[in-house]
Amino acid sequence: MGAVAYAPKVVTIWEGFKAWFAQQGFAFDYILYSNYEAQVEAQFDGTLDLAWNSPLAWVRADRMARSRGQSAQAVAMRNTDCNLRSVIVVRADSPIQSEADLRGLTLGVGAIDSPQATLLPLHHLQQTGLKAGEDFSVRRFDVLCGKHGDHIGGERDAARALMAGEVEASCMIDGNHLAFGLDGTLPAGATRIIARTELYDHCNFTASPGASQSAIDRFVELLMAMKWDDPQVRPLLELEGLKKWKPGRTEFYPALAAAVDEQGFYGPDGSILRADYRY
Amino acid sequence: MNRASTARTEASFVPTIDIEALGLDEGGLLLVRRALAALPVGQCLQVRGASPDWDLHLTAWCRQQGHDIETHTLESGRLEARVTRGPWAEGRWLGALQTGQSRLAAGDLPAETADPAWGLAMRGATVEAGGPSIGFGLSRRDELWAATAGDLYRQAAAAQWDPETAIDWKAPFDLPPAIEAAVAQVMTYLIENENAALVVPARHLGQVHPQYREVQQVLALQCADEARHIEVFTRRLGLKGAAPMLSTAGGQASLHSLMLAPDFSTATFLLSVLGEGSFITLLTFLSDHAPDPVTRQICRLAARDEARHVAFGMAHLEYRLSVQPDYQTRLQNAVEQRHDELADTAGLNEEVFDALVVLAAGDLTASALAKGHAAVHQLKLDMAAGRRARLLRLGFAPAEAQRLADLHTRNFM
Repeated sequence: MGAVAYAPKVVTIWEGFKAWFAQQGFAFDYILYSNYEAQVEAQFDGTLDLAWNSPLAWVRADRMARSRGQSAQAVAMRNTDCNLRSVIVVRADSPIQSEADLRGLTLGVGAIDSPQATLLPLHHLQQTGLKAGEDFSVRRFDVLCGKHGDHIGGERDAARALMAGEVEASCMIDGNHLAFGLDGTLPAGATRIIARTELYDHCNFTASPGASQSAIDRFVELLMAMKWDDPQVRPLLELEGLKKWKPGRTEFYPALAAAVDEQGFYGPDGSILRADYRY
Repeated sequence: MNRASTARTEASFVPTIDIEALGLDEGGLLLVRRALAALPVGQCLQVRGASPDWDLHLTAWCRQQGHDIETHTLESGRLEARVTRGPWAEGRWLGALQTGQSRLAAGDLPAETADPAWGLAMRGATVEAGGPSIGFGLSRRDELWAATAGDLYRQAAAAQWDPETAIDWKAPFDLPPAIEAAVAQVMTYLIENENAALVVPARHLGQVHPQYREVQQVLALQCADEARHIEVFTRRLGLKGAAPMLSTAGGQASLHSLMLAPDFSTATFLLSVLGEGSFITLLTFLSDHAPDPVTRQICRLAARDEARHVAFGMAHLEYRLSVQPDYQTRLQNAVEQRHDELADTAGLNEEVFDALVVLAAGDLTASALAKGHAAVHQLKLDMAAGRRARLLRLGFAPAEAQRLADLHTRNFM
C-alpha cells in the first residue's frame, strides 16, 4: 500500500496497522511517498496494490485508469471522509456579505493542490460567476505542495492572513473553521462565513487496476473489523482521525473533478497540466 | 447572555438543548457534550441555536465524533439539529484500568505493585486502556513504602522556610580571620555533603511510580530542603568575602559510595538513617558552637529538615523489614562493604577536623583548643550513639548495632 508522508505520525499509523494486520495473519506492507503524484503513478507500474489517496489523487487515479481502459476502485474510507464542506470566511466587520462582493478583492487560499482550501472553493465561486484571476485575485499559501492540502499549514496561514488584513477573505474546511476558533487562530466571533460549498468526500483507499481482488477484499474485510473499542487499534484510529471505516463511495467527487478541469490541474488522462505546480 | 437550558418537549419527548447565541467555538460545545453524555447511545438530542453558522460547526463536530446529525428549518425560520449519540465515547472506556484509591485511610496501603500501564495517572483515576506503558524502576510497594510517608510529607510542606526571611543575614558580627576561615572550611564540607544528599534521593525520585504519591512527595521536598541548605551554606560562606576551601578525595569517595548503593532501601539506609542521622548531631553541634549568629541559625534550621529525612528513612526501613525481615542482612552487608571500600581512604579530612576544633574552641589558645578537641571527640561519640540507637530501633541486636555504628564512614555522611 502507498501512503503519503505528510507528517511524522504517518509512520506510527502504518507501523501500527501493519502489526495489527500481521496479527490477523494478513501480509501487509507500505511504502511512503513524499507526494501523491508519485504515489498514483506507482499504482500503474505494478508497485502498489492500493493507495491511501487524497480526493485529488483519487480523481487522478480514476482518470489515468479510464484513459488506459482500466478501472480504479475506491474500496474504503473513514467515517470522517464523508459529507465535508468548505467555507469562505471574512472578518466579522467586513462589508462583504456574499460571493459577489469579492469582485476586485483578494482571496486567501491554501496550497495549489488543496481540494478543500483551494480547488473546491474556487470552483464554488466560478459557479456563482466569479473567475479567479479575472474577477478577484488569489493569494495562495503553498505549504508542502504535492501533499494535496493534507498539511493544515496552508489553511492556517490563509486564516492568519485574513486576521492580519492581508486578504479580504479566506478558504478552509468547515471543521477547521471550528478548530481555528477553538485554538484562537480565528478568535470566536471575529469572522463570518459568507459561503459554503456543496458537500464533498475526502480520502479513500484506491485499489490499483489489476490488484488481486481477493487480497483487496481481505484488506477491506479486516479494515471493517477494526473496532474503536479495541485499545490496540483505537490510538491508531485517533491518529488517522476516524471512528470507523466505511465502504468506499465515489458519488461525492464530481465537484472536485469539475474544479480540476476548470482550473486546468489535470488533463482527462490524469496528466499534470499546471506549470506552476511544484511537488 | 441568557442561561442555556435543557428541556423535554411534551410532544416528542426528545431532549432538547438551546445554546441560544453561544457559538460552538466559544463554549457551546461544552453544553452539547454534557447534554449528549446524559443520553444513552442511539438516543436523539435536539439542538437549537442562534449564533451564526452554529449548524455548520455542529455538523463538522458530529462528523469528527461519530454522531449522526440532521438539520432542518422550523416554521419560525430557526434552525434545529437532531443529533443521534454515537457509541464511541463508551468504547474508549471498555477495559479501562483501575488504579486504587486516592486517599489512604490509616492502615490502608497503596497497590502492592504498580502497573506500568497506569502511566502518570493519579492514584484513583480510571485509565483508558492502550495508553503508553511507562517504566518506573520503583514500582513495588515493599521497595519504597513508609507507613508515615503522608504525615511526613505534610510536616515537610508546613515546615518549608524562606532563606531570605528565616535567616537574619544582616546580624552584626566580625570574626578573627582564623575563625572565619574555619567557618569557610566547614561550609565547603557541608555543601559537598548536601550535594550528595540532594543527588541521591533525586536519582530515585524519578523512578518512583506515581502510585506511591506520598513517597514521591517526601523525596521531592527532601530535594527542595537540600537545595535550600546548599543555598544558605553557600551564602554564609561568602558573607564576609571568604572563598570556598578544600575538598578531599577521601571525602568524595565516601559520598560517591552513597550514589553506588544497589537499591533505594540501601541508599536510604546509608544516606538517611546513618549519614543524615549523624549530620543532625553535627548540625546541632554547630548551632551550639558556631561563632556567629548566622551560622547558628542556618545550622539549627538545617538540622530540623534533616530530622525529617531521618524519620522517613527510618519509617521506610521499618516497613521494609516488617515485610522482609531477612533484608536486615543486606543492610549489614552494605555497611560492611562500604567500610571495606573506604578503608584505604583518609576519611574526614584534617582541615575539616581542625576547623571543627577551632569553632568549638573559639580561639587558638592552648586551653581553648583542648576544650574544642574534647568537644569534637564528644561529637563523634554522640554520632555513634545516635547511629546505634537507630539500628536498635530497626531490630538489630545490641552488639551488632554497636559494631555497625562504629563501621560507619569517618566522613560522617
